[in-house]
Amino acid sequence: MNAIVISAVLGVVMMFCGVFTNSKPAVRFVAIIGLLGLLIANVLDMGGYHFFNVNVNGMLAFDIFGLLFNTIAFAATWIYFLLSGRDMERVGVNLAEYFALIFFVLCGIAIVSAFNSLLMLFLGIEIISIPLYILTGSDKRNLKSNEAALKYFLMGAFSTGIMLMGITLLYGAKGSFNMEVIRSGTTTLTPMLAAGLLLLLFAMSFKVSAVPFHFWTPDAYDGAPTVFTSFMATIVKVAGFIAFIRLFEGCFGEVHKQWQLLAAIITAATLFIGNITAVFQQSVKRMLSYSSIAQAGFMLFALVAMNETAKEGLIFYAAAYSLATIGIFAVLLKMKDYTFEGFNGLAKRQPVLAATNTIFLLSLAGIPATAGFWAKFYMLSAAINNGNVMWLVIVGVLCAAVSVYYYFRVIQAMYFKDGEPQEIETSRGFKGLLIVIAAVVVLLGIFPHWLINQLYSFFYL
Amino acid sequence: MSSIPLTHILFVSTALFFIGVYGLFTRRNLITMLMAIELMLNSVNINFVAFNKYLYPHTLNGVFFSLFIITVAAAEAAVAIAIIINLYRNHRSIDVEDAQEMKY
Repeated sequence: MNAIVISAVLGVVMMFCGVFTNSKPAVRFVAIIGLLGLLIANVLDMGGYHFFNVNVNGMLAFDIFGLLFNTIAFAATWIYFLLSGRDMERVGVNLAEYFALIFFVLCGIAIVSAFNSLLMLFLGIEIISIPLYILTGSDKRNLKSNEAALKYFLMGAFSTGIMLMGITLLYGAKGSFNMEVIRSGTTTLTPMLAAGLLLLLFAMSFKVSAVPFHFWTPDAYDGAPTVFTSFMATIVKVAGFIAFIRLFEGCFGEVHKQWQLLAAIITAATLFIGNITAVFQQSVKRMLSYSSIAQAGFMLFALVAMNETAKEGLIFYAAAYSLATIGIFAVLLKMKDYTFEGFNGLAKRQPVLAATNTIFLLSLAGIPATAGFWAKFYMLSAAINNGNVMWLVIVGVLCAAVSVYYYFRVIQAMYFKDGEPQEIETSRGFKGLLIVIAAVVVLLGIFPHWLINQLYSFFYL
Repeated sequence: MSSIPLTHILFVSTALFFIGVYGLFTRRNLITMLMAIELMLNSVNINFVAFNKYLYPHTLNGVFFSLFIITVAAAEAAVAIAIIINLYRNHRSIDVEDAQEMKY
């Protein structure tokens, strides 16, 4: 509860900041300190210090899984503020409002990671989506940004409609929005229940951009101002997966086999289309948006396997993927040319940026000794433990091999090609922070058991 | 009161939902597309109220959910109209076919 209340209050505080001060460093400072406070409040919540005791009538359930995910999401956002907060100034004049919208999105994430009622799921998803439509279109003079906001809105509203239709059918079949009621009697499927669950599956696939429903993703991510693409492609996307897995955990009783096949087909299609299309991209930003679809395919493994390993693996994956992608976007933001050629010869001019960027790309590709390797390892081993979907594991490994191609194209451009190096202004603090993140990525790759042991001690205390 | 069976109301709401889906996919005018989305959301409202009234009359769950949907739909429409006005200022048109900056 701490996170929900404090993030909403912080959003309002940021809006007042925009009224009372014009100083951009002051606004940024308030946002960074506020988010740090939010993070600490959430960690205290995990330790049992609840600041707010609100009777939620069972609509929210604060289990350790959701709170742990909140911690990772807030920490990733904090790093994102530190790295890219300065770049938000270039989008437009309303710096305080951008921070306010991001805090509202975080409030939605805190709701979505704790929902126990379909009403809260709907509200959480909408609280995440509506500020994101605004952030996508925040570059008001830019035609691409306008168009991206439009596409994102149309697809988002359409999927909201589908989700509501699913919820209403579930309500008709069960008479309650409570997840426990929905889980308890779902051993046999009536047509209405099956239709409701299927519509919910489609709507959630829209939100996490799984493949038959991924068409909005490249355009929305490509058109949005790059600072906000970084936020959308990492923290928000992973939050969608937390909602997804909370929603479908144990929902399917007798028909578990058929459901698993359906989820496995979506996963395989997501991996395949995401990776293959990413190979043909000319712009690094667009390549990263397809790569986010491909990484979503790996996170979907958690949905197929649906066991404890998968849940812990998903949290680990969230951390590894968010850190690496935020780092790459922070470097990309400093470039003026987003094509692969723009990276030519970066290693000579900016050795620190090139080296850290290489580590992040290796982590995304899943090379051993980086966090991304263990993230993929846990996902695949969860699927193997489950035992029914060996073919999917093979598809996953093959697609990971394909992904190496387009990640290494960037590394190749940075180190082995000569080009006109761009003028890039970076501060010493920015470089230092990038090095720290790269070090964390490598340390998580060498000692993954540290984080996993922390997870275990939280899960089984 | 109960002379109208539940299935008739469900038929109306399902028809409205699919009219909304059809409108969203065939119309090219942005305001019409927004109206199609509202149609989808409102068909869900009818569904909720009907289920609540006919199947679970002792609670008010469904009615309250539809109140939330109305609120969220209003917020969504506000954002959508802001986006459309912004697009109109840059393009001088509210036809989706004109918004084609990004190619695959």
